[in-house]
Amino acid sequence: MNSIQKIFEQKDENLLSIYFTCGYPELNDTNKVIKTLEANNVDFIEVGLPYSDPLADGPTIQDSSQQALKNGINLDIVFEQLMEIKETNKTPLVLMGYLNQMLKYGEDKFCKKVVECGIDTLIIPDLPMVEFENHYQQLFDKYGLTNVFLITPHTSEERIHKIDNYTNAFIYVVASASITGAKGEISNQQIAYFERIKAMKLKSKLIIGFGISDSKTFTTACSYANGAIIGSAFIKSLKSTGVSGIGNFISGIR
Amino acid sequence: MKSKFHPDKNGYFGQFGGAFIPELLHPNVKELEDNYIQIIESKEFQDEYKSLLKDFVGRPTPLYLAKTLSEKYGAHIYLKREDLCHTGAHKVNNTVGQILIAKKLGKTKIIAETGAGQHGVATATVCALMGLDCTVFMGEKDIVRQAPNVARMKMLGAKIVPATSGSKTLKDATNEAIRYWIQNPETFYLIGSVVGPHPHPDMVARLQAIISEEMKWQLKEKTGKEDPDTIIACVGGGSNAAGAFYHYFDDEDVELIAVEAAGLGVNSGESAATSQLGEVGIIHGSKTILMQDDYGQIVEPYSISAGLDYPGVGPLHAYLYESGRAKFMNATDKEALAAGFELTKLEGIIPALETAHALAVLPKIDFKKDQVVVINLSGRGDKDLETFIQHLED
Repeated sequence: MNSIQKIFEQKDENLLSIYFTCGYPELNDTNKVIKTLEANNVDFIEVGLPYSDPLADGPTIQDSSQQALKNGINLDIVFEQLMEIKETNKTPLVLMGYLNQMLKYGEDKFCKKVVECGIDTLIIPDLPMVEFENHYQQLFDKYGLTNVFLITPHTSEERIHKIDNYTNAFIYVVASASITGAKGEISNQQIAYFERIKAMKLKSKLIIGFGISDSKTFTTACSYANGAIIGSAFIKSLKSTGVSGIGNFISGIR
Repeated sequence: MKSKFHPDKNGYFGQFGGAFIPELLHPNVKELEDNYIQIIESKEFQDEYKSLLKDFVGRPTPLYLAKTLSEKYGAHIYLKREDLCHTGAHKVNNTVGQILIAKKLGKTKIIAETGAGQHGVATATVCALMGLDCTVFMGEKDIVRQAPNVARMKMLGAKIVPATSGSKTLKDATNEAIRYWIQNPETFYLIGSVVGPHPHPDMVARLQAIISEEMKWQLKEKTGKEDPDTIIACVGGGSNAAGAFYHYFDDEDVELIAVEAAGLGVNSGESAATSQLGEVGIIHGSKTILMQDDYGQIVEPYSISAGLDYPGVGPLHAYLYESGRAKFMNATDKEALAAGFELTKLEGIIPALETAHALAVLPKIDFKKDQVVVINLSGRGDKDLETFIQHLED
């Protein structure tokens, strides 16, 4: 059982996950952010690896990645930082990055480092299912890693069932056909999509992300899924109030 | 005939290619993959495509024996005059083809990315022709250095969206176009080069293959043989080179030379010579050779030519490079400018700065007597006049 499955054993509704970018706002803020999120009872944390060309991300996360790269972050530093809190951190971490980072770092070396840091779940948005089936499934199995797949309003039912079978953590339900970032209220069309997915009675847990930004959107998302991920809104908060403002941000969500 | 330089069923050229796209794009790419070959090979498409190429684009483009240039370099140098295409470059071959595919798929909104502006102009042109809505993404830096093409696109009715991230050039314009496409899946992404996720590289290569198809019969008419000894073309993403090489992939006797932009010098830190500086990586949805740092962050390229200012090459070119089928050379800004001035003086043709890179390798090649060389003159230099004028004194 991986760390995320263990969380679902204890609790399977209203799960709050927060995405943040490593090395942002300052190079050495990674562990401060994780510790503060843990102190505020966030259920699991999505740790973003800054990337120069993040295709699925909106302007807020793009800017945070650029700033983190300017701060001097790189994969070696990220792994060093995560190793430092491995023993004390009890909140599961999910690592999110783009495939080119893993490819260049060395796929085996990357997976080994991830596991050494106590992480067992990855989100790689540009890793397509066919590549997973042909190559990465075997690699991830070797290291006991789980890949989280995304589904969107346009993903076919057949494909969703396939993804359901590959999932050992959760299915990332992308709230709308969009890149990351707040869109305001959740529309009736989105609710119809959430209801459709819920009615499929998948074996996997569902976490909704993209466009979840406040208490209202979080609560709505949680009524159709096991929980939700907040990213851009949290990054904006970090930008304006820094690590010290994390408590207020989380208490404003639930 | 199936060539090893055509992609396999998953869109791979050797280890390069594929479709590394977020799930959000899967339906769009799948729709195209499921339909493009059937559409392109249909008689209806071919009739309409060939008719537009003839009467709208102005094909066949001439294959011109450049006598003075030939005398200077001691070879028979032919120029495939893609600069004489409507809109001023080879790009329009592809946009005419893709707009027909978009229409067959029932799409009404078109997006495109552009570097030098030639693809943007060619896209805006075919959108005007077909009455379709057109949005072009262009790096903020390129908007400034390619002002005439920006004006043309606007006159043709296109909306220009500046890409303000990263290096503010072609790479970033492509990122922004893909992000827009994710959010607007009903649009058709009319990609400008042999880059992007499968099937885009193959589709664009097929639509540019008209260049080598014509070269074959034109050479036969002029020399009695269909095959030249050497074909030279510049490579950014690589669409004009793919078109010029296409019918010669399997004729190993024909030497294929791809010329990249070395910028201020391959090792100057200001270059776009991807094959020399790049490693295997993923950019814009395909696995290829790519300029990147030790941690997979994409390195900003540099070239005086906006169309070659790209940190990768298309996956077909990565395979041509790795397999040794094509020889990769490069030319600096300075060498390209000199070659542009030289062609202007010797032959009365002002080439695009991109094309000038292909011409710039002529002094670096030791030609054999009677060697037949075709240079793909991919575009004309009107858009680059300001840059050329700035360097007139040099």
